[in-house]
Amino acid sequence: MTAPGAMQESKKTEPVTSLAVAIDQVHQSFGTHRVLDGVSLSVASGKTLAVLGRSGTGKSVLLRMVIGLQKPDAGSVRILGQDLNGLTLDELGEIRKRTGFLFQHAALYDSLTVEDNVAFPLDHHRKGMTAAERSERVNTLLAEVGIEGSLKKMPSELSGGMQKRVGLARALALNPEILLLDEPTAGLDPIGSGEIDDLVLKLKEERHMSSIVVTHDMHSAKTIADRLVLLDKGHVVIEGTFDDLKRSDNDFVRLFLKQS
Amino acid sequence: MIGATVTESTGITPASAGKPAATASVSPLRPIMIALEWFGNLGSFFWQVVQAGVTPPYEWRELIRQMDEVGARSLSLVVMAGAAIGVVVSLEARYSLAHFGAKSLFPATLVYSVIEIMGPIITGLVVSGRVGAGIGAELASMKVTEQIDAIEVSAVNPYRLLAAPRILACIVMLPLLTLAADASALLTGWATQAMVEPLSFHQFINDGFYGATLNAFLPPTFKTAVYGLIIGLIACFHGMRTHGGAAGVGRAATNSVVLGSLFVILADVVLVKFILAVFP
Repeated sequence: MTAPGAMQESKKTEPVTSLAVAIDQVHQSFGTHRVLDGVSLSVASGKTLAVLGRSGTGKSVLLRMVIGLQKPDAGSVRILGQDLNGLTLDELGEIRKRTGFLFQHAALYDSLTVEDNVAFPLDHHRKGMTAAERSERVNTLLAEVGIEGSLKKMPSELSGGMQKRVGLARALALNPEILLLDEPTAGLDPIGSGEIDDLVLKLKEERHMSSIVVTHDMHSAKTIADRLVLLDKGHVVIEGTFDDLKRSDNDFVRLFLKQS
Repeated sequence: MIGATVTESTGITPASAGKPAATASVSPLRPIMIALEWFGNLGSFFWQVVQAGVTPPYEWRELIRQMDEVGARSLSLVVMAGAAIGVVVSLEARYSLAHFGAKSLFPATLVYSVIEIMGPIITGLVVSGRVGAGIGAELASMKVTEQIDAIEVSAVNPYRLLAAPRILACIVMLPLLTLAADASALLTGWATQAMVEPLSFHQFINDGFYGATLNAFLPPTFKTAVYGLIIGLIACFHGMRTHGGAAGVGRAATNSVVLGSLFVILADVVLVKFILAVFP
């Protein structure tokens, strides 16, 4: 939903054939603090949406809602055509198998090696896999995110950027149709950020993967996203392409772009 | 094997998370409401674990790992605690029995007091301290670093993978550890007595278990399975619903030990009455 008085700068005019994710009028409060106040947005199949905004504006909360980690106080979230409301944990699991999620701090299992972290979804959902197939799949995934030769390392032995890559490899393990990325380039050097951007673009082109990327990195958002959404005070301030944002005369949008 | 908003989907978000501190005057009924809420959440958590635990896929590998963690790694501690209790009970019993001229009852007194009373409760408290703190801290650490969320988004049920194997391991291993503690206590109890006056181990066992039936010894040993349920359940509950970084981890570990030990003792009261009624 657009904030009262705020501009919905650019409504997408072309018809959307299928939606990977549709968020409708979600509200979320923590105590008296209202984080999301009637936010609606959608991601078309095969497209990438970047969610921007200041810290604490509910971007990550929104992403957690999409994967079912956070249940909205009101509103609905549909992913791959299925309403998440009322699903059991196991029913939600079937949708999560088709969705990859990269946490802001990677959230690697600290008692497992890199190899076992990446193979975790495979070990639980591809039980017919042989050891050789498992190993080959892990190597392929790690090569895809630019890490090789660290199979037996523990997460604590990796830099923050490498942890994030391993987290991304894990998110891709089950060949998801949707990829949800929480600050994928935060803490990475410019080259590392660029590599992650390239990977997201490659996944979109080669696998027609839909993505939602929560980020502060405007350069990254401009590079990988088809559309961008700017949140402020629980509302969508603007939604559109990067050029739409650039053309906006909304003060907040202009300030955000200027400071980015 | 294997965060501060947490998963509404798992139902393990603390109800108070994100709420501001109360500034209004506190109602005298508030402690009761908190206790009722705690029991309600614990019951809901237990139900989730049962539902996840009884439906496939079963996490056998994790169960075996937890049985090793709870059982094998607690064995030395439990045996040492049992040994110390054996010496203490032996010294106290010998003195008291001598006072009443009933020294011949020493073996039976030691056997019954260790197996029926001291062995189970000491094992429960030692395991509550070691395992309860371990489970509470481990799961809480995973929670605040979003590892439990990561398990969930990997379409793996964290109740099935984390809670059920730990609780079941506690249930299975507590009686076995109790047997080890009992054996250790009886051995040191006999040795303590034998150092004062001659008493063969064979005679000690014969006299101690004379006329004993399985009904006298099995229920006190197997009641510790209930202690295991309490220790595992409370530790998993506090671990998986904690919030607030390192402080939250510390709080979860402390609550796991304190509440686990308290409820083990309270359960003992109920179970003693129950066993006396069912196995007179």
